[in-house]
Amino acid sequence: MSNEHIVRSYSLELERLRTLVSQMGGLAEAQVEAAVSAVFRRDVEQANQVIGADQRVDGYEREIDAEAIRLLALRQPMGLDLREIIAALKIATDIERIGDYAANIAKRSIPLSQLPPVRPAQSVPRMGRLVQQIVKEVLDSYTAWDVTKAIAARARDNELDDLYTSLFRELLTHMMEDPRNITPCTHLLFIAKNLERIGDHATNIAETIHYVVVGTPITDARPKNDDSNFAVVTPPSEQPASGDNK
Amino acid sequence: MSVQLRSQINEASGRAPARSATVPVKIAAENVNVYYGPKHALKAINLMIGEKQVTALIGPSGCGKSTFLRCLNRMNDTIGICRVEGLITLDRENIYDKSIDVVQLRARVGMVFQKPNPFPKSIFDNIVYGPRIHGLATTRDELDEIVQISLERAGLWSEVKDRLREPGTGLSGGQQQRLCIARAIAVSPEVILMDEPCSALDPIATAHIEELIDELRENYTIVIVTHNMQQAARVSQRTAFFHLGEMVEIGDTEEIFTNPRDERTQGYITGRYG
Amino acid sequence: MTNVIANGRIVADYRSANYTKQLKARYQAERRFMYYGIAAIAVALSMLAILVGSVVLKGYTAFYDTEITMTVMLDPQLIDPAGTRDSWTLRSADYQAVMRAGLYERFPTVTGRDERRQLAAMLSPVSAEDLQHIVLANPSLIGTKVTVSAPIASDIDQYIKGNIPHTTGEGGGRVSEQQGKWLEALSQDGVVHRAFNWRLFANVDSQQPESAGILGAVVGSLLTMMVTLCMSVPIGTAAAVYLEEFAPKNRWTDLIEVNINNLAAVPSIVFGLLGLAVFLNFLGLPRSAPLVGGIVLALMTLPIIIIAARSALKAVPPSIREAALGIGASPLQVVTHHVLPLAAPGIMTGTIIGMAHALGETAPLLMIGMVAFVGDVPGGVTDPASVLPVQIYKWAAQPERGFVERTSAAIMILLAFLVFMNAIAIYFRKKFERRW
Repeated sequence: MSNEHIVRSYSLELERLRTLVSQMGGLAEAQVEAAVSAVFRRDVEQANQVIGADQRVDGYEREIDAEAIRLLALRQPMGLDLREIIAALKIATDIERIGDYAANIAKRSIPLSQLPPVRPAQSVPRMGRLVQQIVKEVLDSYTAWDVTKAIAARARDNELDDLYTSLFRELLTHMMEDPRNITPCTHLLFIAKNLERIGDHATNIAETIHYVVVGTPITDARPKNDDSNFAVVTPPSEQPASGDNK
Repeated sequence: MSVQLRSQINEASGRAPARSATVPVKIAAENVNVYYGPKHALKAINLMIGEKQVTALIGPSGCGKSTFLRCLNRMNDTIGICRVEGLITLDRENIYDKSIDVVQLRARVGMVFQKPNPFPKSIFDNIVYGPRIHGLATTRDELDEIVQISLERAGLWSEVKDRLREPGTGLSGGQQQRLCIARAIAVSPEVILMDEPCSALDPIATAHIEELIDELRENYTIVIVTHNMQQAARVSQRTAFFHLGEMVEIGDTEEIFTNPRDERTQGYITGRYG
Repeated sequence: MTNVIANGRIVADYRSANYTKQLKARYQAERRFMYYGIAAIAVALSMLAILVGSVVLKGYTAFYDTEITMTVMLDPQLIDPAGTRDSWTLRSADYQAVMRAGLYERFPTVTGRDERRQLAAMLSPVSAEDLQHIVLANPSLIGTKVTVSAPIASDIDQYIKGNIPHTTGEGGGRVSEQQGKWLEALSQDGVVHRAFNWRLFANVDSQQPESAGILGAVVGSLLTMMVTLCMSVPIGTAAAVYLEEFAPKNRWTDLIEVNINNLAAVPSIVFGLLGLAVFLNFLGLPRSAPLVGGIVLALMTLPIIIIAARSALKAVPPSIREAALGIGASPLQVVTHHVLPLAAPGIMTGTIIGMAHALGETAPLLMIGMVAFVGDVPGGVTDPASVLPVQIYKWAAQPERGFVERTSAAIMILLAFLVFMNAIAIYFRKKFERRW
């Protein structure tokens, strides 16, 4: 980052590692986008493409692992370089998980496309767009080593959590209204959960970037707005009072 | 001088102290300047060395780390044009004070040099030379015991116990260096200074010395100058980085090698143009 | 060699004919250089061979001389006419006459005064020494016949060795025709024979070549060397140790160093003048004595020893000093325990070379009177003495033919001494060579 190593090939290798991580991130970003659009547009072919492309994400992870281990063994990195290589390993794992979730979303979009559309499906693209933005910003801050941007993106995870919690309630309500909605809504629930998890991994990446640049792990606990663990929705027929759960 | 290392860290970094336990200060340097004739070799060095700890001094060639090391047992006195200013204390006593005898100081602060330099005498004579001139032991039995203890401490006893009468120069490089460490131990110093003790040794001999340093830490305060950053990382608890006659940074070794504060330290340990 | 640089790269074709040719020329130059070297060594060696050869060829004959064995009547009339047998009479008796009588007896036909003188001249003037010893040891032999061996006259000896040509004619040579005939007769009697020249080693200097020896000079040389050694080694070593280990490096020590180096190049005769002016004239020390000679030679050797000792001290690795200092040895302990023992072989070598230099020195000793004739073996450092090189110088100036071979013999003995000393130096060097 700052200036060149005396051994130029060392810099080149680090640069290559960085490029691999960026490329992997770019691919995962595209996967998320494609998976979300597959859900929205009920496009089975696109879903299948996403599922197929997940192997490439895994391939990137293996390549990054190998490269990082090679650098660790041959260059005995210190200081910033050490942090960066370790970060590459961790970020690759996070991105791989993101890829997995994207593939998972794509998989669920296939049965979903064969079922009649349900209303809450309209909220999924909104959540998807937010996730895409967060992932994109985090990955951009990786290439630019921009801690501020990474931290800002990390903060947006709260919005995502809020969205998820509300979608969760909405889906529960739908399922209670009509048992025929249970199948599509469950799929949607998992999709929403996957998107929420992608956001968490993006948060991890942002924290890793902080560690690389600042040198210390981020200490403040991120405020979590994901209340879905505590959400209770009573069936509309038995609803005692209005709005107490909102 | 009741300052403890923890406060020094706080003062220097304004950051939370690292995990190392607080230890008493053994050697403290305050505003030390060293001149070789017109050359300002060390500039306002402030440094504290904790008791029974290994402190590593790293830095590029000519940065003054060896010069600083040699101030600690006044080996620089032997160089006519060298002038030392400032305060260096050993157990809160100024070692440059007139009342301090340099011979006594060097008995308390032993030294191991870059090139193994055993005397061209037998292994036995190498070890007993120090105790003899300081009058620590006179009888043959006492000397025998000193030789055995010193060589055991230095991890050399089993290798040389059958050839104590053979010349020390006939040993391998690593053994010679351990002999030199044994020779330093034999006068029971409090501090052992090591000036790049492994630079002439192969990796296995180096590993032996590093293991030895780690064991010696229990009883001695050790200051080691090394060009090999990995070595500093392996053997020391605290690391000080010297650059162009300045002490740029001192901190816990772990910290220095994962997250140095200063750009120059970063550049040096990662191998970048500084 | 065109187009060395093409496209920013250096182009070289090491397989081209051009390059091969150049390579060959390089090897030839190398060979030529080697031949020059060999030639230079050959010239040096042949010069040495000529020098040593000529000395040996001229001098080896000095190690034996010709003796004549005669049975003579110890005539009481000649030795002790009064019959008192007191030691003064016995000591001062004319034993030469007894020897002469023995010779006349052998050649009864020789009666002419001139002829008899010639016959008597065949005996060395010192031929009666042995006879005197025999009689003094046992006066009862007087009146009986005894057989003694006596050196023949030096000229006859040289004639036998072929160094003086047989000349005919009146007074032509140092050995007359008549003497030659007598000698032949004596040879046929079997009484003339060669014997080892022990006088060369056991006698002091003498005007007679057949009796002259180097014992006095050897003892003188030894005494002088002893004085030189005792003076120069402690002073030289102490000076070197101080300059090398303790003295601050400043303008004064630089000046001293330059002066010591210059002192080594001062002509030795200047030291002789110094000795004459200071030790003889000012301090009034005895003239011709090994004491003064030794001091003068010590002054001359001192710079050599200081320079050698300093380089020996410099050669002791500083790591040894640091090791000792690091343990807490004082500077003096560092020097006495470690540096000096390691430098000792070098200092010794330098000392011996300096001594060898001093042993062969003549000029300064001439100035302090060691050139005087000394007829006794010196008993101490204050007795008048001569030394080997001065002895050689003096013998070389003698006109007698007998001294020519003795000069060469003395040179051989001096060279043997020097070779011996150098051998010791080499031995020390090998034995104590770099132990670190």
